[in-house]
Amino acid sequence: MTETQQRPRALDEVKIGGMGASRKRVEDDRFIRGKGRYVDDIVLPGMLHMEILRSPLPHARINGIDTSRAWQIPGVRLVLTGEMLATRNLAWMPTLSYDTQAVLATDKVRFQGQEVAAVIADDPYIAKDACDAIEVDYEPLPPIVNPRQAVEPDAPVIRDDKQDSNVIYDWEAGDQAGTDQAFAQADLVSKIELHYPRSHPSPIECCGSVADFNRATGKLTVYMTTQAPHIIRAAVAMVAELPEQNIRIVSPDIGGGFGNKVPIYPGYVVSILASILLEVPVKWIEDKTGNLISTGFARDVYLRGELALKRDGTILGMRMHTDADHGAFFADAQPSKFKIGLMHSTFAAYDVPYAHLTARGMYTNKAPGGVAYRCSFRVTEAMFFQERMIQAAAGDLGMDQAEFRRRNFVKDDDFPHRTPLGFLTDSGQYAKCLDVGLKAIDYDNFRREQAEARKRGRLLGLGISTMTEPLGAGNSREYDILGIKMFDSAELRVHMSGKAIVRTGARTQGQGHETTWAQIVAHELGIPAEDITVEEGDTDTAPFGMGTYASRSTPVAGAAVSMAARKVRAKARRLAAHLLEVSEEDVEWELGRFYVRSAPHQGVTIQECSMAAYSNMPDGMEPGLESVAYYDPPNLTWPFAVYIATVEVDPDTGVWDVLKVVAVDDCGVRINPMIVEGQIMGGLTEAYAMASMQFITYDADGNCVGSNYMDYLLPTAWETPGFELHSEVVTPCPHHPLGAKGIGECAAVGGPAAFVNAVMDAVAGPGAPGEGVRNIDMPLLPDRVWEALHQRRDISGAPPVRTDA
Amino acid sequence: MTVVRDDPGAAGEAAGNVPTATIRFTINGARKIAEIEPRLLLADLIRGGTGLTGTHRGCDTTNCGACTVLVDGVPVKSCTMLAVQVDGRSVTTVEGLAGPSELHPLQEGFKAEHGLQCGFCTPGMMMAAKGLLDRNPDPTEEEVRWALSGNLCRCTGYQNIVKSVLWAARKLREADGSDGS
Repeated sequence: MTETQQRPRALDEVKIGGMGASRKRVEDDRFIRGKGRYVDDIVLPGMLHMEILRSPLPHARINGIDTSRAWQIPGVRLVLTGEMLATRNLAWMPTLSYDTQAVLATDKVRFQGQEVAAVIADDPYIAKDACDAIEVDYEPLPPIVNPRQAVEPDAPVIRDDKQDSNVIYDWEAGDQAGTDQAFAQADLVSKIELHYPRSHPSPIECCGSVADFNRATGKLTVYMTTQAPHIIRAAVAMVAELPEQNIRIVSPDIGGGFGNKVPIYPGYVVSILASILLEVPVKWIEDKTGNLISTGFARDVYLRGELALKRDGTILGMRMHTDADHGAFFADAQPSKFKIGLMHSTFAAYDVPYAHLTARGMYTNKAPGGVAYRCSFRVTEAMFFQERMIQAAAGDLGMDQAEFRRRNFVKDDDFPHRTPLGFLTDSGQYAKCLDVGLKAIDYDNFRREQAEARKRGRLLGLGISTMTEPLGAGNSREYDILGIKMFDSAELRVHMSGKAIVRTGARTQGQGHETTWAQIVAHELGIPAEDITVEEGDTDTAPFGMGTYASRSTPVAGAAVSMAARKVRAKARRLAAHLLEVSEEDVEWELGRFYVRSAPHQGVTIQECSMAAYSNMPDGMEPGLESVAYYDPPNLTWPFAVYIATVEVDPDTGVWDVLKVVAVDDCGVRINPMIVEGQIMGGLTEAYAMASMQFITYDADGNCVGSNYMDYLLPTAWETPGFELHSEVVTPCPHHPLGAKGIGECAAVGGPAAFVNAVMDAVAGPGAPGEGVRNIDMPLLPDRVWEALHQRRDISGAPPVRTDA
Repeated sequence: MTVVRDDPGAAGEAAGNVPTATIRFTINGARKIAEIEPRLLLADLIRGGTGLTGTHRGCDTTNCGACTVLVDGVPVKSCTMLAVQVDGRSVTTVEGLAGPSELHPLQEGFKAEHGLQCGFCTPGMMMAAKGLLDRNPDPTEEEVRWALSGNLCRCTGYQNIVKSVLWAARKLREADGSDGS
């Protein structure tokens, strides 16, 4: 108990590493020493190594598989084929979207790179040799590489195991009759068609697992690259028919996820089965081609978009049709209720009275989806389509790009606002953010410079992208995956000395949870952040949670940390009253300390309360100072962002350079501004990547183009432009306990349209040489830009890829 | 030392008669002898053979640079170099950047400037940066970007990585200056 008559000086929250502190990251200490523990770093005694044989063909019947030569190679311990898995009912597994996916192919292969057989051997080199020794008799079938081919009348049926067409779903949202009426009243209808290319999250670390089944204890431990260990535990319990308490999923350090490490892949399943069969640990580490050619891709959606407009620039209605290419299995990791993810969040930032979205999904002979790539379930497509439609509409009206947006934004006093496709947005200062962005890019001056430059044959362009996006699913009423509700959890244990450990059901992959969760506890309890350990990723110790993806950790798990800390504070208050010998009502809280209301100099610190919880609790009080909180968010969080890029296009080559990028992100209250800015810069870089070079495509024969880093181009430090970040506008989330909103993915979602709109402005803006060109598909490769300029036509990037032949 | 291994039997012995090579090399100052298959990649010798797992394998095609180490002081992507090629040579990995309980200025710089997120590319980035700073102690931002252009990062967008390297360069120059005066 504090005995002094002076009230102690209040704690400085930033100094203890609380909210708003740009605290240096705790996790860095091991990574900078090369002491991270990624899945490939795990070595268990007696461990064997697994390799997967993949199909060279995109679509073929399997007439036979001869594994005899593989078995003869010394050091080979097991060779598995689909036929052998079928005897255990494991040749197929359920996907996260209520479809099935082949674990190892039995009847047919359905995409190039599909898993056909697996070898388990003493070392990975031997396993690879043995894969080469397996002979597969394929009977080629015609491949389908886009959804339009998929619905042609004579199209081969890809999923003849279950249906007689290639259509997966037909889905709609919104008010069709109202929208039709709005279009009937329009002065002008603006239309655009485009393709958002297939992309791959491509974390530098590929996927992998070390499965360790112990027959003696019946326990299965799987170390694996997963962003959602508890979902995996549930799925393994289902697929492997093991009791859930005997399954331990450990997600060690993850070398980047971006959505790629949410789905369940055949490699994981086969490594688990192999360990069960051999009763030794089995390690599977995918190579880069395996990762790019077979695991969760994103996008690959075709848009037909229409806006009904009044001459004065008012949007009366919006129509959108999307055709999505899901590959050979519908394996999207997304809330089960929505077939095309949260595509219907499109136009959430704009006051559009009527809207109607129709969406179709098709099977093709391409890799199946994960679909969320740094993106809250298709919002990347939703916002890109929106901002390309907005740019086209402003152009059709002859209106200024900024003015058209400002006119149609949801206004600050219109919240809560029901979007035309059913979401409820709750907060934002859209026009203010736009003003900050326009000022930073020096908008009026740039327009003057642009006009001047054009007279001299130089092509400058400016692109704006403004959007709000839904981050942080649930609530659990509407959001579930395979029936598992989308809440999250945190457990807080405060030790006797006032130090603490926090565990959550999320799983960091670079977002810095080990640093920020401690800051939240510091904010709630006044315990210095450095006194708090954060642990995630082990299902034996972490409370049940849905994992980290779709920018949901701070909105959901972060809120759970806050609520868990508040529960601890409530108990500490009772301990404080006991220690201060006053009633609980007479106790007041300030950061890190309870005091007597009438005598502020009499108080006890949170550390003194912690000690009392184990050494001096009042009669009848349960000992200890711990809590668990499960947080079910009332709504999604709605950050708003303005991204503006300026570019110069070389008319002779089609090459474009970024002149300046301005990002204004209003993500509510920032827990660790340094980390938030790191997330934004990372997102902007991926946006630039998608706009300029990064995509996966297929040739007419179904060959994947982009299945290694020589074909799949990612920007380096050399190409990546600089970014100017703005954090002036802060609109706290009205329902999050800390006022925070999701941020990890905003720039990757909203950024691409800024770059594309800028290049389109340079190429086809008012008075530009390519005027009349409505669209160039991403990535805006120089040859595409050049053709648009010189042939004055829209450039499609849809597969099959064009070849010189 | 005790070595027990499977007896493949006479037939297996013949079939599994894999040629091996013996190499001597130095890794982070320690001298080693290894008996290896000639096809073994340097990255696998480092990770599997010496247990130094800070060197990461990303792409296997010399593109991502996560496996960058120094061979006789020169940055090399260890996923496409054969282990036999380091016979008689000296290898430095991220674990060799600093001694126990010390940090190299590059390591400090990456933490100070938030130059990493998931941490997977970080060791390779730091080794590539060390290669640069060893030959150019006062690089411009452009020179840093060029020197790191063989290393991919998916998290950070590079801005803070570049800042981290410039931070380290400054610190190393300051240390040199104070030693010299």
